[in-house]
Amino acid sequence: MISFVFYLAFLLIFVVFAVYAERKTAAFIQNRLGPMEVGPKGILQTIADLLKMLQKEDIRADAVDLIPFLVAPFIVFAAVFTGYSVLPINEVVGGSGISAGVFFLLAVVSLDVLGILMAGWASNNKYSLYGAMRSVAQIVSYEVPLGISVLCVVIISGTLDLSQMSANQSHGLLSWHIVNHPVLIIPFIIFFIASLAESNRTPFDLPESESELIGGYSTEYSGFRWGMFMLAEYGMMLLLSILGAVMFFGGWSSPIDDFGTGPIWGSIWLLSKALILIFVQMWVRWTLPRLRVDQLMSLSWKYLTPLSIVMLFICALWKLWIIS
Amino acid sequence: MSYFGNISVAAKTTWKGMLLSIRYFFQARKRRKKEWIGEDNYFNKANGTFTVQYPHEQIPIPDHGRYQLHNEIDDCIVCDKCAKICPVDCIDIEPVRSPEVFGQTSDGTPLRIHAAKFDIDMSKCCFCGLCTVVCPTECLTMTKEFDFTTTDILDHNFSFSKMTETEIAEKKQEFEEYQEAKLKAKPELPAIKKEVDVMKKPTSKPVFKPRIPKKK
Repeated sequence: MISFVFYLAFLLIFVVFAVYAERKTAAFIQNRLGPMEVGPKGILQTIADLLKMLQKEDIRADAVDLIPFLVAPFIVFAAVFTGYSVLPINEVVGGSGISAGVFFLLAVVSLDVLGILMAGWASNNKYSLYGAMRSVAQIVSYEVPLGISVLCVVIISGTLDLSQMSANQSHGLLSWHIVNHPVLIIPFIIFFIASLAESNRTPFDLPESESELIGGYSTEYSGFRWGMFMLAEYGMMLLLSILGAVMFFGGWSSPIDDFGTGPIWGSIWLLSKALILIFVQMWVRWTLPRLRVDQLMSLSWKYLTPLSIVMLFICALWKLWIIS
Repeated sequence: MSYFGNISVAAKTTWKGMLLSIRYFFQARKRRKKEWIGEDNYFNKANGTFTVQYPHEQIPIPDHGRYQLHNEIDDCIVCDKCAKICPVDCIDIEPVRSPEVFGQTSDGTPLRIHAAKFDIDMSKCCFCGLCTVVCPTECLTMTKEFDFTTTDILDHNFSFSKMTETEIAEKKQEFEEYQEAKLKAKPELPAIKKEVDVMKKPTSKPVFKPRIPKKK
């Protein structure tokens, strides 16, 4: 319950400032200033945008299939937000005590593709449908390397429970998985690339590519329902960044062994690690161009999947010969 | 390209691109200085943010910028040359003659005509600068002011005359009285042509024949 309240509040505040951070990051990388007018240095720009967005008309075109159209944004957001239930916050609040935590998370999060497909199909619009189809193809493909790279971590740590996994890494920087077991560096890179694809971020934003599909599955949406999609996208970014922080960078544990322990420090460590990963996601977004559909598929099936299977084998050997 | 060659090219190019963009990200701490185009290093500013937040700040313009027209009405002798040369007829002048010299401009030219109206419609102006060239007293100049945006297009008609309605009527009255007095003083002379006659166009038009070069 505490976990739910914490993550919901954090997610809503995070989205407001992440949109601002995203625009500022983009601006600085492109020699611009970004939003500067609303509030000092433009910090209230997103709040102004949010107010404008909430006042917009909830447009329902005549040709849409009404019920799936109306429900889809909520399914997408619910699927993403359910994933937060198993994430630990600190050593006291460990999230839901499901023993198959990571497995549950990956299973539930893939449900958001269902909502995206519903939105695209119900919109009765060829661009929305293209976007939805691309999204399904992309998420189904990238689930495979994502799942296998998570499996590498599961083999090394020997548990599926995320709070147990964090507890295993709570003895300073050297006990973090990525430092203690350098064999996990390549699975982390695979995990990061696949998580970009899972959360429909550039360079894998084919489902909603503004320049060719005019927003993809969210073309027909406006106002609050469109905002739900936006919220779900940023929620997915944050979810996978926290998951990455828990699995590879020690979760809520401090980098120095006895410094900064306790529940408050724990949540600060966890969230700052996740926010650094989110910065990297934004940095990638404003550096790399979008992939073509065939490049997307070949990257997943020809490169990431075989590589992750090889890494799974190597991790198993590492577990057999080095750890035990 | 081989399979592993692809991987290595992808890794190298991605790494290079990422380094490039993060360098720009950290350079954004610096900002471009407000230098105008005449300065030597104007084109050597690849580093730092480039945005000029226009209404709050602007790149300096040289003082001899060719933007909005300004007329120093005290120095204007209302010669009407600017209105005649204007290719788009954006200058509208209404002169009122004075019976005697009533002042001097700053360069010593005597003032004989009052400017009852001296309007420049900047929305018609084509910024050619011909009016400033012909101005004998150099009272009509182009300034560096370029932002004279208005919500009503009629506000683009800048009026430079300082005379009030009563003053104009007074000066007109004065001149008419002077003319009448002049007529009475010399009744034997033929009447001075009225202004209307003077302004009439000659009945026979001068004929210009274009010269057509003969073919050889």
